This record gives sequence, C-alpha cells and structure tokens, in this order.
Amino acid sequence: MIDGIIALYIFMLAGFTGYEVISRVPVILHTPLMSGSNFVHGIVLVGAMVALAGADSTLLRVIGFIGVVLAAGNAVGGYVVTERMLKMFVLAGKKKGS
Amino acid sequence: MPAAATLNNLMQLSYLAAAALFILGLKRMSSPVTAVSGVRWAGAGMLLATAVTLAFMKDASLLNFSLVMAAIAIGSIVAWSSGKRVAMTDMPQMIALYNGMGGGAAAAIAAVQLYTGHAENIVHLSIATIGGFIGAVSFSGSLIAFAKLQGLITKSVRFGGQKFLNLAILLIAAFLGFMVVSGVGAGLGLPVVSLLFVFALVLGVAMTLPIGGADMPVVISLYNALTGLAVAFEGFVLDNAAMIIAGTVVGSAGTLLTQLMAKAMNRSLGNVLFSNFGESSAAGGTVAGTQKPIEASDAGIMMAYSQKIIIVPGYGLAVAQAQHKVWELTQLLLDHGAKVRFAIHPVAGRMPGHMNVLLAEAGVPYDLISDLDEINAEFETADVALVIGANDVVNPDARSNKSSPIYGMPILNADKAKNVIVIKRGQGQGFSGIDNALFGLDQTRMLYGDAQTAVSQLIQAVKAAG
Repeated sequence: MIDGIIALYIFMLAGFTGYEVISRVPVILHTPLMSGSNFVHGIVLVGAMVALAGADSTLLRVIGFIGVVLAAGNAVGGYVVTERMLKMFVLAGKKKGS
Repeated sequence: MPAAATLNNLMQLSYLAAAALFILGLKRMSSPVTAVSGVRWAGAGMLLATAVTLAFMKDASLLNFSLVMAAIAIGSIVAWSSGKRVAMTDMPQMIALYNGMGGGAAAAIAAVQLYTGHAENIVHLSIATIGGFIGAVSFSGSLIAFAKLQGLITKSVRFGGQKFLNLAILLIAAFLGFMVVSGVGAGLGLPVVSLLFVFALVLGVAMTLPIGGADMPVVISLYNALTGLAVAFEGFVLDNAAMIIAGTVVGSAGTLLTQLMAKAMNRSLGNVLFSNFGESSAAGGTVAGTQKPIEASDAGIMMAYSQKIIIVPGYGLAVAQAQHKVWELTQLLLDHGAKVRFAIHPVAGRMPGHMNVLLAEAGVPYDLISDLDEINAEFETADVALVIGANDVVNPDARSNKSSPIYGMPILNADKAKNVIVIKRGQGQGFSGIDNALFGLDQTRMLYGDAQTAVSQLIQAVKAAG
C-alpha cells in the first residue's frame, strides 16, 4: 500500500529525475526520445492487465479488454518505432569513420 | 499469509527493477552511440514488468486470463506490424497514435475503477477521476493530431467564441468530476461517469481541431506528457510504483520537451494552444518582389562551381522521401571539392530532430549537420543556400516584419547567402499559410517540383557539368 505522502515523494523525485535525464539529450535525438518516452508510459499495460483481470461484469470486461489492447499497442508500437529510428543513428555514426 | 507476502514483495521488486531500467534506458538514449542499447534496456524493463504481472495474476478467472492474453496478442500484433511498416517520414503521426493509445488505456483503467466503485477513499477516487479525464483528453486529442498529420483532416476548424466553448466543456467536465468524487451523483452512478468521459473526449477533439499542422509537434509532445501523468495517477490508484515512476518521468520529460519546442518557435505554450495560429496570415502584408524560376540544369551548374554550399532541409524533403537523393548530391559536391553543410532548424519538419532522423536514415554523417546557432554565421560566406522544402524556418519576415504571425521566431539566415535556390512544389504558400519574403529576393531562384525529382535533376546537372 503506497501511502499518500510517500506517493507525493515518489512523484516529486521521479519528476526531477525525468527533467534531469532529458535535459542532457542533444536536439538530434529529440524525435526518437519523444518516441522512447512514449514507449515508457506503455507501462500502463500492467495496470490495464490488473484492471481486466479483476473485471466481474461484461461491461467491465469490454472496457478492460479495450484498455489492454490499447496499452499493448502503446508499448509494442512505441518500442518498434523507437528502435528503428535509433538504429539509423548507429549506422550513420559508423559511416562517419569510413 | 507469509507466502503471499513474499510473492507480493517479489512482484514489487520486479516493478522497482523495471522503473530503474526505464530511467537508465532514457539516460542511455541521450547519446547516439548508446541510444539503441537504451531503448533495449527500457524494453527489458517492460518485458519483466509484464511477465511478472502475468505470472502473479492468480486471482483472475480463466475467462479474464484468456481475455488478457488475447488482448495483448491483438494489440501487440497490430502495433508490431504497423510499426515495422511505417515510413520514417510518417514517424510523428505514429508517435501520436501510440501515445493516444496509452492515454486511452489509462482512461479505461479509470473507467473500470469508477464503474465498480472500488476506490478506497476520496483521495483515490479523485486521483482516478482526474487521471481518467486527462487520459481521455490525450486519447481523442492524439487521434486528431494523428489524423491531421496523416492528411485525413486537412482543415483547421475555427470559429468565434471557440475558446469559450472549450472552457464551457472543461467546466462541465469538472462539475461532472466533482459529482463523481463527492458522491452527489451516487444515485445516478454509471450515466454520470459515462458523461464525464464523453465530455473529456469531446474536449480533446475541440482543443486539437483549431491548431494548425505546423504546431502539431508541440501538441503531440504535450499529449505525451499528459498521458504520462494519467498513467502515474492510475498507478497511484492501483498501488503500482512502476506506473507512478514511469508515468511521472515521462510527464516531466514531456513537459520539458514541449517547452523546448515552443521556445524554438519563440512562442509560449498558451499561444500555441489558444492563438488560432495562421488565421492572421492575411494581415502579414504582401511580399515584395516576384518569384523567379530556374531550370535544374542551370541550378546544377551553379552548384558545381560553388565552394561552399549549405543545404536547408524541410518537410518537403520528408514528404518526397528525398533524403537518399540529397545525400547522393552531397557526395557528388564533396567530390568536386565543395564544402557542404546541412543546417537544421529546431522545428524543421514536423518534430524536433525529424530531419536528423531522415538524414541519418540516408547515412549523412553527424559532422556535416549543424544546428541553428552553429551555422547561422556561415550563411554570409556561402555561395549557395539550397532550401529543400523548407518554408517558415527561412522566412526573413520573422526577423523584420512585425505584422508577420511568426515575427520573433529564430530563423536560419538563408537570405544572407550569395545565391539561394529554393526547391518547392508550387507557387503557393507553405503548410502554415504564411507568405515567405525569401522567395521574392533578388538572389533567390525557385526550382519548382517534387523534391526527389528536382534533386535527381540537380544530380544529373552537376554530373554533366563535370
């Protein structure tokens, strides 16, 4: 059980962490980075799974099902496009030396 | 039950590890060299969290467990195949789409909580409601952003009093939220909660429809941050630390990115969201001078004999998929002994770094690519500035014409080059609908046509020139 004030501490520290981590990213990586952070909030998938697992009526199952489909799409799609973009930077970096 | 407590601890530890992997992964994405490993670290965290959640889904009925598996399979397969297929050019709208899905998932979690009335106390109830509201706004808003960038919606819907209508929708939604939380509408139950979500979805649509395509990167970034926040809120309700941490990290990172982008356009976020950008373009004044066309063969000869060339890519390059041809032309010019650089405006294309991704795809080395601060002084000594499908980011009106809607935005000083060649599809205005004073200058020549075709012609012309 996460207590209210503990949750506020988590919230504050995670907020500062996100700000600090991102503030050092060069402009050229902004698009993949936005995509990468978009992937990270795909963690909503575990919440949607829990919500669907506990559903006890048809209405809740329908909503929960939609939630899990959307969340899985967020996580998987976010990962695929981010990895594709970042791989290109690696290729371009190698050509520089040749 | 010590066994259950141990299992629960194991799950919580896995979530902690996942949160750490997300943060380390984002950190590694801050350098091009380690960036791919960064997304893989974050991916490992996601796999771990999902697998552990699945393994401990012990209370779920067989029906619910099967539904979870089926939903994951459907969502993953559809997203995997679409994500693998999408062209690099269309990345911005795909990010908007996946982001909207995350927001929708957060809203679905909130809906399940609110419909069952599982919330333990008023704090949980409030947080679930606010998170669900934000998630739903992000969901419908992101879908509109996707539709606009994909060209499914081409008009920006604007009318008088729009802001007040949006404000009214927001106030009604806030009132409905208050009813849900306070229990005033307890007897009404389901309809009030449903109505709250309907108003949230309508607000997302109404907020995004009037915003012009040129401002979409800022809007997508904002919705990215909002989805993160919604996920964090639902994580609090579900007692899930991984969701709180990951959601908040994305919320603050997205906020910072949004600020950086708005700043690059020299506008405040409020201005982007509420100013109905583009509406005042008619007041921008008529542009002096006429547009003077040039043939590709002449432009190619001019470039073949130039010492220093600066290429300014824009969205037109992305649309035409011309990045590979541009790199071919660049190599040709480098072989001729010319100095070639790429000048990238922070908001060129549809997203910060959009041009860098495309140039990276074509294999252009980093050291040829410069940002605005590095390159702007160089234009004065450049023989040719080759503008490929860029418009607002090279519009000198932003420096000098106070009545221009983009006055004050930092621009690339392409107009300072000795010669300017602009590759453009037609004589009309660009995406934002603003006239461009650069096109009428004495040293500017217009090369009309699709960027890929025009650059191919330039390659032929440079080759022919020897």
